[in-house]
Amino acid sequence: MVLELDAKIPEGDLDTLWEKHKFDMKLVNPNNKRKFDIIVVGTGLAGASAAASLAELGYKVKAFTYHDSPRRAHSIAAQGGINAAKNYHGDGDSVFRLFYDTVKGGDYRSREENVYRLAEVSLNIIDQATAQGVPFAREYGGKLDNRSFGGAQVSRTFYARGQTGQQLLLGAYQSLARVVGLGQVEMHTRTEMLDVVVKDGRAVGIVTRNLITGEIESHSAHAVVLATGGYSNVYYLSTNAMACNATAIWRAHRRGAAFANPCYTQIHPTCIPSAEEFQSKLTLMSESLRNDGRIWVSKKAGDDRKANEIPESERDYYLERRYPAFGNLVPRDVASRNAEAMINEGKGVGPLKNGVYLDFADSIKRLGIDTIRERYGNLFEMYERITDENPYEVPMRIYPAPHYTMGGLWVDYHLMTNIPGLYAIGEANFSDHGANRLGASALMQGLADGYFVLPYTIGDYLAGMLGDPVVPTDDAAFTEVESEVTGRTNHWLSINGTRSADYFHRELGKIMIAHCGMSRNEAGLKQALIEIPALYEEFKKDVKVLGSAETFNQSLENVQRVDDYFQLAELMCLDALNREESCGGHYREESQTEDGEALRNDDDFAYVAAWEWTGDPGKAELTKEPLDFKNVKLSQRSYK
Amino acid sequence: MAVTESPAKGRRRFWLLDLYGSAVGKKWAMALSGIGLLGFVVAHMIGNLHMYEGAAEMNEYGEYLRIIGGPILPHTVFLWLIRLPLLAAFLIHIHAAYALTITNNHATIDKYKQPREWLAASYASRTMRWSGVIVLLFVAWHLADLTLGWVNPDFISGEPFHNTVVSLSNVGIAALYIVANIALGMHIFHGAWSLFQSIGVNNPRFNRWRRWFAQALATVIVIGNISFPVMILTGVVG
Amino acid sequence: MDLTLQVWRQAGPNAPGRLVDYPVKDISPDMSFLEMLDIVNEGLNAQGIEPIAFDHDCREGICGMCGLMINGLAHGPQLGTATCQLHMRKFKDGDTIVIEPWKAAGFPIVRDLAVDRSTFDRIIEAGGFITVPTGSASDANLTLVPKEVADWSMDAAACIGCGACVAACPNSAAQLFTAAKIAHLSLLPQGQPERWTRVEAMVDKMEEFFGSCTNHGECETACPKEISIDFIALMNKDYMKAKFKNRRLVSQTG
Ligand SMILES: Cc1cc2nc3c(=O)[nH]c(=O)nc-3n(C[C@H](O)[C@H](O)[C@H](O)COP(=O)(O)OP(=O)(O)OC[C@H]3O[C@@H](n4cnc5c(N)ncnc54)[C@H](O)[C@@H]3O)c2cc1C
Ligand code: HEM
Ligand code: SF4
Ligand code: FES
Repeated sequence: MVLELDAKIPEGDLDTLWEKHKFDMKLVNPNNKRKFDIIVVGTGLAGASAAASLAELGYKVKAFTYHDSPRRAHSIAAQGGINAAKNYHGDGDSVFRLFYDTVKGGDYRSREENVYRLAEVSLNIIDQATAQGVPFAREYGGKLDNRSFGGAQVSRTFYARGQTGQQLLLGAYQSLARVVGLGQVEMHTRTEMLDVVVKDGRAVGIVTRNLITGEIESHSAHAVVLATGGYSNVYYLSTNAMACNATAIWRAHRRGAAFANPCYTQIHPTCIPSAEEFQSKLTLMSESLRNDGRIWVSKKAGDDRKANEIPESERDYYLERRYPAFGNLVPRDVASRNAEAMINEGKGVGPLKNGVYLDFADSIKRLGIDTIRERYGNLFEMYERITDENPYEVPMRIYPAPHYTMGGLWVDYHLMTNIPGLYAIGEANFSDHGANRLGASALMQGLADGYFVLPYTIGDYLAGMLGDPVVPTDDAAFTEVESEVTGRTNHWLSINGTRSADYFHRELGKIMIAHCGMSRNEAGLKQALIEIPALYEEFKKDVKVLGSAETFNQSLENVQRVDDYFQLAELMCLDALNREESCGGHYREESQTEDGEALRNDDDFAYVAAWEWTGDPGKAELTKEPLDFKNVKLSQRSYK
Repeated sequence: MAVTESPAKGRRRFWLLDLYGSAVGKKWAMALSGIGLLGFVVAHMIGNLHMYEGAAEMNEYGEYLRIIGGPILPHTVFLWLIRLPLLAAFLIHIHAAYALTITNNHATIDKYKQPREWLAASYASRTMRWSGVIVLLFVAWHLADLTLGWVNPDFISGEPFHNTVVSLSNVGIAALYIVANIALGMHIFHGAWSLFQSIGVNNPRFNRWRRWFAQALATVIVIGNISFPVMILTGVVG
Repeated sequence: MDLTLQVWRQAGPNAPGRLVDYPVKDISPDMSFLEMLDIVNEGLNAQGIEPIAFDHDCREGICGMCGLMINGLAHGPQLGTATCQLHMRKFKDGDTIVIEPWKAAGFPIVRDLAVDRSTFDRIIEAGGFITVPTGSASDANLTLVPKEVADWSMDAAACIGCGACVAACPNSAAQLFTAAKIAHLSLLPQGQPERWTRVEAMVDKMEEFFGSCTNHGECETACPKEISIDFIALMNKDYMKAKFKNRRLVSQTG
């Protein structure tokens, strides 16, 4: 079967497209809204904002999260900030500029129309969040403060100390809590969605497991929204929270939803390197550190001297050397790849030789220790807490870590997947960031989807269903999936092998980071496509999960997530193998310029790669959605 | 459809009762009654310093308390005007303490098996209920001993100097008196700091004085009150 | 380093619980406390003993999922630090470490070290929000907020909802959490219209589940975000005023 992918992009001029389209879409009469049930899975920025907004409109909403409270979603960890084209500083920002920067930053692998809409509604997000009481940083005059982030040429990033994600999520969560309190949202916490139910080609509900009692339950609705976040944890070590997983989108994929650009991952350059084998996650430190820190390694491979024993002349400030114009502020992927190269050359620093230095000595000399403390005090403290080293005295050690996944479920302009009635929003979809996401744009996209796009577009679908009852949960469509899920759950308990799911996850992560990490090549990816299925077979035979399915059982939760990661990992490698160009976070060694920089191939690869499930992740079928650029000029990125 | 709702609850009861119905309100009541009691304790202690002027002055002071306000107010009316609110404060304080203790016992049914390490809570703050009960028992005995004379065989009405000296010359009674006042001091040590928190009188400019204030108050009262049995036992007064 | 753990094991919400001894060997001081527990769990799993259940997620001190009573201190011996950011270098070779879940009537135990903190959500649902339906906001810069005010509001808003304040409190009172949530909104101009209903509703809801504050101050020292008990004083003041105020006149008196 060949997929029919219609992105449903309206015709017209970019700057009036969304406004006009909002008018053209069908509406649901206010009094009829309560006749529609909507399921929202996930209560991160995208899910919480969507659930709250839909309930405010009058829809009956059921929201789900595996956390004990909506407020725990991984969005809470975002530090840096959120972009918006407010141009509060009069420095030449505009919706068009944010749009342009985002398309360019994404290395021309996203849809112009989606991105333009994102830039447009970015304005409303800041208004909404501020009104909710998000305590954004202020200037002394009482107006909102901005900073420039991730090398942007304008100051458009709004922030709340180093806790922007937390504050935005609390804002959305509080709005959600309000409608939960009013009874307009039925909130299911500690409930994990394990499958989507599709009947007659439409999404009609989900099957969940109550994580405390183990009960498998069905929930039906007129539409299902997945806002379940990203899948960086496929690498085991990443900056994501421990429980972040791909189960929801993967199960949707297996039911027919196309998975787009799975190989696009962002590896963030400023994380704290791991200290030992049992390291469970990597901690991100704000990118802003690169504004004042200088990155270097010793010129000599295998240098065992301490940082302060290495004289200036024997240090290699490699970013400043290679990219004189941008220096330490090159984009994330460039910084990450260069760090990896240094470590591969044996120049890594630290006890495990797995980092590079980020040195503040010069800035401290230039600006004084107080200025540095004021700017980065909390980050330095965090660093010291973890590493027991004082960055005011010795240089920090940093290393890149998987951080964000641009890939996700394929969605059209309405954020609907190719399964009617199934939507994907936030990091779970593939939509707006192309092959690389700009700093401070994920929060923006999650909230844009949840507050200002989905609540409109979903009406267009629902309007046609007025009067249709939801499919009852005793329908065969539900009971079949339910028994499948029950069978799967019990199966893991019966294997009784010898190794934990974590063990296999760690091994999978090693394969992925080696072959599908910062730089990729054909041989490595092919190797991975042999190693992953082999390890997966072992996993299925030898994993050991104790306990029962009727209680709170974290090992059982985990094993299912690892299972899905194995399958997704194969698809990622397949996609990476297919994309024989370097673009954004995807760097194919075969496709580079003479001086080793990424080389895009617009003639052959200016498309979205949408993969269809065939029963074997290694044999997924590819459909290409061509990308057409009418408003921006394609250019090769250069940071020299 | 925009969601509209009116979260404002109708006022069912007189607002003070409504306030007292909550635990936060009971803390207000404890703090305010505590202030009243503190005022009394301070005044009581200062008044008793007349002991050091001699029997006549002390007895005169006792009588003076009964005739204040005269001739407009009849005999002891002023004293009762003080005593009644004081009694009310005492009862409110005790009722609130009792009610909050019950609340807290319900909230803490599940106890840690490991010993806790206290970083902020002081011995005084953790023993408020005990020090309060000791003070209560002491006050009851104190009234029976020196105001009513029920437990004081040598009691002579209108001669507080004599009564006090007789009572506190007994080492056992003096010891009781001292222990009770140390309990009172501890109660005040936490209470006079805590009450500001309970009624939200909290300003960075004067927060650092609160600890100091409570400490000073507790010290002055303990030293003042304990000086009586000590002086009587050592024969300085009497 | 080698340690002895005494860990609270409890099979389910209503099952009896007890402390169980587990010796652990070869722990690196660079490990985080939770990574140490991961290792213990790997070992238990291999021996056929069900792993210890404990809540955690972000492991960077922001989600508020983690929280253990460690040797008599909520979140362990390092002040201003959530359990997930505590590292083993704070312990010595040969130490015995007692680990229990938060214990409070308002936080029923789910299993082993995991507790149910949904009572915190009930408090927020009662009034911990500003009513602003999506799309109804005016331009963000129309309302000016003095920097000091925004900063102080942020100090309160930093709460991660971990529940250590309740766990550390001898009365299992949730004053610090509730007060922080109230102050975050009520300090801001945007939060004024609902200021009095908010404090009333949230305090009343809080009192359904939790104890009453006796101003020990343990919460403040246990709090990983070092939230000040000054916010509790503010809440007490506002609560009394909320009972007293004629709300039709609040715009005249502020
Ligand atoms: C350390 C870090 C720092 C970051 N900093 C920034 C930044 O400064 N600026 C920026 O713009 N972006 C930043 N990002 C990226 C950004 O935070 C995320 O992309 C974004 O928050 C994702 O939001 P979301 O709503 O899509 O998903 P999430 O917040 O991950 O929410 C997922 C939700 O889905 C639920 N869920 C998932 N699966 C299931 C299931 N099967 N059943 C039930 N529930 C499920 C979860 O419980 C959760 O509620 C950062 C990311 C990280 C990791
Ligand atoms: C002269 C006697 C007393 C004085 C001056 C006094 C003073 C105070 C003060 C100032 C407080 C602090 C209130 C607050 O935190 O807001 C307090 C608290 C308390 N008092 Fe007293 N008190 C006295 C007698 C008693 C008695 C007789 C009892 C009990 C039977 C008692 C029990 C308590 C308790 C339990 C608390 C702590 C309550 C809490 O913090 O929740 N007190 N007292
Ligand atoms: S106030 Fe502090 S201790 Fe209490 S829940 Fe919030 S962060 Fe945790
Ligand atoms: S695990 Fe998130 S705060 Fe500790």
